[in-house]
This record gives sequence, structure tokens and C-alpha cells, in this order.
Amino acid sequence: MVPLSWYLILAAALFAVGIFGVLARRNAIAILMGIELMLNAVNLNLLAFWRYLWSDNLTGVVFVIMVLAVAAAEVAVGLALIISIYRRRSTVVAEEIDLLKW
Amino acid sequence: MSSSDLLSVAPVLIISVWAILLLLLDLFIKNKGLTASLAAAGVAAALVVVIVRFGSDQVAFSGMIVADTFSDFLQIVILITALLGIAVAYDYLRRMNMERGEYYTLMLFTVAGMLLMSLAGDLILIFLAIELLSVPLYVLSGFARPEKGSEEAAMKYFILGAFSSAFLVYGIALIFGSTGTTNMAGVAASIAGNHANLTLLTIAIPMLLVGLGFKVAAVPFHMWTPDVYQGAPSAAVAFMSVGAKVAGFAALLRIFVSALPELSQTWGPVVVAISAATMIWGNVAAIAQSNIKRMLAYSSIAHAGYILMALAAAADPSVSEEAVSAALFYLFAYLFSNLGAWTVVLALERSEGRGLLIEDYAGLGRRRPALALAMAIFMLSLIGVPPTVGLIGKFLLFRVTIDAGLTGLAIVGVVTSLISAYFYLGVVIKMYMGTGEPESRSEGWLNRSAGLTALVTFLLGVLPGPILILARSSGFLTP
Repeated sequence: MVPLSWYLILAAALFAVGIFGVLARRNAIAILMGIELMLNAVNLNLLAFWRYLWSDNLTGVVFVIMVLAVAAAEVAVGLALIISIYRRRSTVVAEEIDLLKW
Repeated sequence: MSSSDLLSVAPVLIISVWAILLLLLDLFIKNKGLTASLAAAGVAAALVVVIVRFGSDQVAFSGMIVADTFSDFLQIVILITALLGIAVAYDYLRRMNMERGEYYTLMLFTVAGMLLMSLAGDLILIFLAIELLSVPLYVLSGFARPEKGSEEAAMKYFILGAFSSAFLVYGIALIFGSTGTTNMAGVAASIAGNHANLTLLTIAIPMLLVGLGFKVAAVPFHMWTPDVYQGAPSAAVAFMSVGAKVAGFAALLRIFVSALPELSQTWGPVVVAISAATMIWGNVAAIAQSNIKRMLAYSSIAHAGYILMALAAAADPSVSEEAVSAALFYLFAYLFSNLGAWTVVLALERSEGRGLLIEDYAGLGRRRPALALAMAIFMLSLIGVPPTVGLIGKFLLFRVTIDAGLTGLAIVGVVTSLISAYFYLGVVIKMYMGTGEPESRSEGWLNRSAGLTALVTFLLGVLPGPILILARSSGFLTP
């Protein structure tokens, strides 16, 4: 069987890819995808921990469902904000959204 | 689940059911003043429930909810913030032509999240509560749309907020992997019994600090604060600058003091460093600001640093209870001084972002003596000068920090407080010595809120006794 650490490393790598996406991508949609990757890395972690170590209760699985639901709610609001900006400025590139200084 | 379980979450239930009803009712209400009053009535009902059940400790829903005096105290702070937030929003929204009823509904949803945050006894609930409070706040920051600055603020807040909650939930997942439970009492028991995997926990702690550090705007996770505070509608900022911070500290104190006390050697020094950096950078950067909203944003960063001193002190188990009550008292003091200062900002703001420079406050002392006096009281309180509540709050924080043996951190706190006098007093000097004709409207609810907060800031400075006793009795976190 695949050892637990492989899953954890995969999840950490996925999380790192997500961070890279948020920090380096310019398109707001791509940034959103980066955030989704980070949350999915968390889900992978939770499921691996649950399956290998703590499968005697359902905490891990329930938590994954919660994270999925929250991620969906977040994306709904995020996309609405992006659409609202796009209508006004015809761009979703983060660098061009620069009225406020960082 | 029993009916007493339901009683422990009654405030949250009232607020969330009321929010949903209000969303529907608002469709039939022409006069948005009525929507505001209805929202305030819901908040007031929840406040009454909290006050009635104050003092009865209870662990409900199999440990998911911990309703102790700590959470009761924070719930009172949050609900008072919400009441004042509704009062100042009403006049502001009308003047800025964005009088839409959803504002109050969104506020109520945020309040429900904040209340849950202070009640959470489980890490899953912390995560859900942080999302419930954040998602409506993202929308509230963009409420002034189609104004570009507001939309942009919402976007930035959203991206960084979602980014930080991903860190938080990753940390929680590692805690689950390490201890097999997400219940905070269970986590503490597992660590105390040496069943936990300490490597995973050592990775989890920084992750939690990143996630919650974003929410309370601690350096180096503060970058969003000035931009969001500047771009978002001021009424929303007035509310969230207090509410989100209170909720963030509720989670920080609950997680670190009640779930991870055994690891205080690991997180204590990190919190000390974050706290010092936050105080220094917040106060130094505030000096350079010419926009009052940005200045208050950096001021709120600096105050997060002061409250983090209490968390750093709480790493020492012998003073942790005292440290938590110092943090609670400071949050109560901060509510009135900071929300009051924002109320004055709201009174002077005009359309298209005019009236927001510190320059625009010149001559306020002659034009609106009462408002200027209130602003002077808030500024003095934020510095920590007698006879205001800010002094007592800071005194308690410094004392507990020294008691915990962190003298260096306390010195940083005192020195940065002195630095902060420069930019806070700058506003006061501008108001009284500067020459100008500031335009400000005299609006009923803004005046009443400014008067009330100024009065409380002053009175608590003279007679802090009752709140001090209340905060003392709330310092113990039910394990």
C-alpha cells in the first residue's frame, strides 16, 4: 500500500502550487484557481489522515465536506466580484486593478 | 442535543434567522430606515439573551460550542459593535446614495459568524465561523459599487482573505492528523497525554498564525488593511475594523490558550516577534499617511500588535488568565475609541472620497466644537492618555506582559505608544490650530453615536471598575 507520507507530500506540493498560483498569476480567475488548489490540498491531507490514522470516527470526512461547501461559497462570491470589476473595466488582470496602492 | 444546547447558541440563532427574514422583508420596505431599525432590534434581542445568560458556563453540542463568560463577554462586545455599526451606517448610506437594504442583512450574517467564532469549541467550527464572517465582509467592502475603489478593495480583501483561510484550514488539517480530533479540549488532552505527533503540530502552528494573523491584520500579514480600509465604504470599515478584530482574537485566544497550552514554548516566541513587528510597523507607517482612513488602518494594525502582547503573555500559564482578561478589556476599550474615531470620519466624508484628508480637519474645532472634542477624546484614548479608557487598557496589557517576563516586548509597546502620539495628536492640532472651513453635516444618528462613544471612552477612563471586574471574571477559558 502507498504509505501515508506520499499523500502528505503530494498535498504539500499541491498547496505550494496553489500558493505559487495566487502570488505569481496575474489573471484574477487563475488566482481563484490557485486558492481552490490550496483548499483541495487540505482535503487530500484530511482524507489521507482519516483513512490511515483516524478512520474510527467520521470527523475527517465531515470536515472535507465542510471545506468543499465553503470553497463553493467562496468561489460564488469571488466570481461575482470579478464579474463586477470586469463589467466596469473590461479586465481581470490584477496588475491593471491598481487604483489603490498595495 | 437538548434545549439547553439551543439556549447556548440562542444569540447566533436569533441573528441568523433574523437576517434571513430581513432579506425577504426588505423587499416590501420602502423606507430603509425601517430595515435598519429592524436589524438593530434583532441585534438588541440577541444582546438581551447574552446578558440574561451571562455567567452560566456550558459546553454544548458535544463540545462544538463552549459558552462561557469569555464568549459572553466577546459576544457583548460584538453586539454593541453591530448596534453602533447599524446606527452609523444608516446616515452614511443615505448620504452616499447607496441606501440598499441588503447592507443590514449582510451585516447580520457577519455578526452571526463573529458570535460563532467566540463560541467555537471545535476547530471545524472556527473555520466555518471565519468564513461566515468573512464572505459577507468581502461583499460589504464592495458595497459602494460601481465605485471603482470599493470594488477593488473587495477584490483584494477577497483574494487575501481566501488565501489566508486556506492556510488556516491547512493548519487545522495537520492538527487533526496529529491528534485525531478537531475538538479543542480533545487536542489539548491528546498533547498532554503525549499521543500527538509533535512534528505535524510544529508545522500547524505557523499555519494557524498566518491564517488568523491576516484576520486581525498583524504584520507581516497586514498588506490588505490600508487598501481595503481606504477603498471600502467607511461605514463598513467602521464596523469591520472592530468586529473582525474581536472575532480574530477570540479564535486566537481560544485556540492557543485552550487547545495548545502545552506547546506555548513553540508559539510564544513567534507571537512575541509578530507582536513587536506589528506595533513598530503599524505606528511608524501611520506617520506617513495623509489620508485619515489609511492612518486609522495603520492605527488598527498597531492596536492588533498591542492585543497580541496579551497572547504572548498568555504563553506563560501562571498569568494566562490575567492576560486573557487584559485582552478582553482592551477589545472593549478599542471598540469605543476606534468606532468613535470612524464615526467622526463618516461625519466629514463627502461624495467621491472628498473630505478624507487629515488636511480637511483643519478648523473643525471652531466649526463643530462638539464633534472636534469627541475626536480629540478618541485620539487621546488611542494613544493611551488619561483620562480615557485607552490608558487603562494599555496599562493592563503592559503590566501582564511584564508579569510574564517579557519586559522587552513591554518596552517596545511603550515606545511605540509614544511614537503614535505624533500622528494622533497631529489630527487634534489640525482641528484646533489649523485654519479651514470643513464641511460636515450634522446627522442625528452619527451625532448620537459619536456622543455616546466619546462619553463611554471618557467615563470608562474615570470609572473603569465595572467593566474591569467583568473582564477579570471572563479571563478563564473553559477547557
